[in-house]
Amino acid sequence: MVDDSGGRGSGAPHGATGHYRLSHLGALEAHAIHVFREVAAEFERPVLLFSGGKDSIVMLHLAKKAFWPAPVPFPVLHIDTGRNFEEVLEFRDRHAAALGVRVLVAKVQDDIDAGRTVEDATLGATRNRLQTPTLLRAIREGRYDAVFGGARRDEEKARAKERIFSFRDEFGQWDPKKQRPELWNLYNAQHNKGEHIRVFPLSNWTELDVWHYIRQEGIDVPRIYFAHRRRVFQRDGMFMAVTEHLAPSEGEPVFEAMVRFRTVGDADCTGCVESMAETIDLVVAEVAGTRLTERGATRADDRISEAGMEDRKREGYF
Amino acid sequence: MTELLRLATAGSVDDGKSTLIGRLLYDAKGIYEDQLEAIRRTSEQRGNPETDLALLTDGLRAEREQGITIDVAYRYFATPKRKFIIADTPGHTEYTRNMVTGASNAHMSLILIDARKGVIEQTRRHAFLSSMLGVPHMVVCVNKMDLIDWNQDRYEEIKSDFMEFAARLNVRDITFIPISALRGDNVVQRSDNMWWYDGSPLLSHLESVYIGSDENFIDPRFPVQYVIRSQTPDAPDFRGYAGTVASGVLRPGDELLVMPSGTTSRIASILTADGEVAEAFPPMAVVITLTDDIAVSRGDVLCRPNNRPTVSHDIEATVCWMDERSSLAEGRTYLLKHSTRTVRATAEAVQYRLDVNGLHRDEVASTLALNEIGRVSFRCTEPLLVDDYTTNRTTGSFIIIDPTTNATVGAGVIRVIGTTHASPNVVRHGGRLSRSERYAALGAAGATLLFTGLSGAGKSTLASGVEEAFVRSGRPAFLLDGDNLRHGLNGDLGFSDLDRTENVRRAGEVARMFAESGALALIALISPFEEDRRLIRTMHEEAGLAYAEIFVDTSLEECERRDPKGLYARARAGQLPGFTGIDSAYEMPAHPDLVVGPGSGSFSEQVSVVIDLVEALLR
Repeated sequence: MVDDSGGRGSGAPHGATGHYRLSHLGALEAHAIHVFREVAAEFERPVLLFSGGKDSIVMLHLAKKAFWPAPVPFPVLHIDTGRNFEEVLEFRDRHAAALGVRVLVAKVQDDIDAGRTVEDATLGATRNRLQTPTLLRAIREGRYDAVFGGARRDEEKARAKERIFSFRDEFGQWDPKKQRPELWNLYNAQHNKGEHIRVFPLSNWTELDVWHYIRQEGIDVPRIYFAHRRRVFQRDGMFMAVTEHLAPSEGEPVFEAMVRFRTVGDADCTGCVESMAETIDLVVAEVAGTRLTERGATRADDRISEAGMEDRKREGYF
Repeated sequence: MTELLRLATAGSVDDGKSTLIGRLLYDAKGIYEDQLEAIRRTSEQRGNPETDLALLTDGLRAEREQGITIDVAYRYFATPKRKFIIADTPGHTEYTRNMVTGASNAHMSLILIDARKGVIEQTRRHAFLSSMLGVPHMVVCVNKMDLIDWNQDRYEEIKSDFMEFAARLNVRDITFIPISALRGDNVVQRSDNMWWYDGSPLLSHLESVYIGSDENFIDPRFPVQYVIRSQTPDAPDFRGYAGTVASGVLRPGDELLVMPSGTTSRIASILTADGEVAEAFPPMAVVITLTDDIAVSRGDVLCRPNNRPTVSHDIEATVCWMDERSSLAEGRTYLLKHSTRTVRATAEAVQYRLDVNGLHRDEVASTLALNEIGRVSFRCTEPLLVDDYTTNRTTGSFIIIDPTTNATVGAGVIRVIGTTHASPNVVRHGGRLSRSERYAALGAAGATLLFTGLSGAGKSTLASGVEEAFVRSGRPAFLLDGDNLRHGLNGDLGFSDLDRTENVRRAGEVARMFAESGALALIALISPFEEDRRLIRTMHEEAGLAYAEIFVDTSLEECERRDPKGLYARARAGQLPGFTGIDSAYEMPAHPDLVVGPGSGSFSEQVSVVIDLVEALLR
């Protein structure tokens, strides 16, 4: 892996290098902007899924750049599990207000209360899978025909094969065997009423690209991504934070540690890693040197099985 | 400063492709320990004592179960010099569509040859598809060198076998590397076992191959993707045209032509969210504002007045069919998505189907099934603004969408014959003589006359009369007769619309050279299409050469009555499909410089009218 700035360090503006070359970040940015504009031109009701995590923040930043000086021509949607880190919710509202975008919130709790989904009562069960019905309901109710997601192909094996424009049938399902071939920069936006397309502008970005870009652009992210002292306990080989959503069981001693989060999911299933990376430069250096994937290191939900992600994606997950 | 390099690989499990990718990722630290741990466990469960690196790239459950790769998988790794995106696809014929998909964006294709087997059918298919998709660089890894005792002679033999085939393809840059993916020889580290190889190991080659000139920086093309309008206080009454530069370099102040409307304007500014830029080049995503308030919308192309794409309803393309539920059939209507424009188009004819293993053409074919490749002509409801794929991957490509299922069923690379400049780097050689010096020294001045009209109208007769009169008076003149040209220069052309256009273009080019040399060039050619005649006229006008179009206006009845070569009789009998006037149209010239016909006096009177016209042109 690499630890150089990859940015516009040498004084070349806008990611241009030497004679008519873009840096790799410049090329990734240009492609993502192309995807945003293509969606705005070909769909009637796009929406951007925003979790307050770094990938969705970068995605929103790119959307802003794609339509500048006009405002972003679609709203953002947050699927609220009710198990979020408080810092992330606070960041979500502050960030959206600063950018002047409209935030819509769909709550998993509403579906549980209405009896549309049933919570798993066993100890340690998370609401991860419960997000899917809420997401699909929100898409249906909003009549959204294009839904931007921040998924990256480097995150997970099933995602490595997902298209940038990924077709979903009227039940929101993904069929990995019936994916549309995707060539050049030509994206097939055709769909019938009730169907939609998931769009992944960050498909070709890696975790390190995202951090390099956050540094290059000076993008604000929730502070739990940086090293801080926190009360944690160990479970399944991961450090879990003690929050209102998650308490240790017996035999899980609580201690204080310097940690940071590599991903931001629900507080009850996202682990943190020991880290001294208090600044963006240190985070970039740490990510460049890590030998574990971000999901492998910190996500209990991905450890379900070899095919955990593929199964959830088929159902309509992010 | 790191650059991005997109690499396409194709191959099967047994040639060691997955092992090679696994090794590249592992040695460049592109795989993580938890990923390695997961495949180590899976390998053990299957009773495989060694970790199977191939498992890294097989993402879908069906693939893991069957032990095959059925889709395009994307893999990422980076070194301090470059970030790499690998599009990894299986190699069998039934995955041709996946290979085409992977190659469509690639800078480089990586072809693996098993040293024990040498060049096989699959090798030729990969090389052919890579060439068809215009991948600029190719690296051929001769793998499993350890199994042939690092034998240099065998390596050289494979290399020359491959080159023999590749000579028929269009690949700019080919590099060979002998490797052992399993042992790591010449992958990241130089091999001690192959001391005789003096090139770079694979990773160094990937890091250093020059990709700086892969984009087309010559022909400015900016397909308008989205119109940005803003009424915010910061940007009141803002209107800009957003898009990705397809080719060429654009700068503020440049004169622009808006296609297809044909209006002109200038670039006022080139904007990004980070501010104005002094120039935009591919693949930058920018916003362009114009100095004039003119109508521009998505699907339009901004280009230069003297460098523009071809506008046509008729598209010729090499198509790869990608749908398992249907075949491309003549007469069916599809949607073509080309650049930022989507149009309905009917598949008029399958010209031929290509055998992707060799280069054999099946001209009887009239359909293309899954994974088949062939040349297809389409007729579009609206014109497309196209360039030949070899000069422009963006304006030269399209996808085919089935309007009933919305599925992407095929992909096409466009062939434009006629106005393209396939060798953008070839610079015109000036010579020592100016045109006026030449004409003065020779005591002659050049010009070109095009005689157009139906077969049997009397074009060649009239033209040869003019030729004779000129030459007898000591002035150089030469008749370029359509039929004679088809015996030589144009001997490779048939009578499809595309071939007719090329026939006209070549005649025009030759005439231009004759005229430049100081001779009177006389082209006698049916030239039934206005567009083609305009091509010859433009060619001469741009060169500043005297030119006139003469319409030999003899009615179809009269031509058919004369029928000097018996062609009308044969056409009526159905033996000459596509014969002009019978079952192929002759478009009447809209603005000929002269019309002559049976009513225009005697033969010698007609000849002198034409000579008067030439004298007037040259004054």
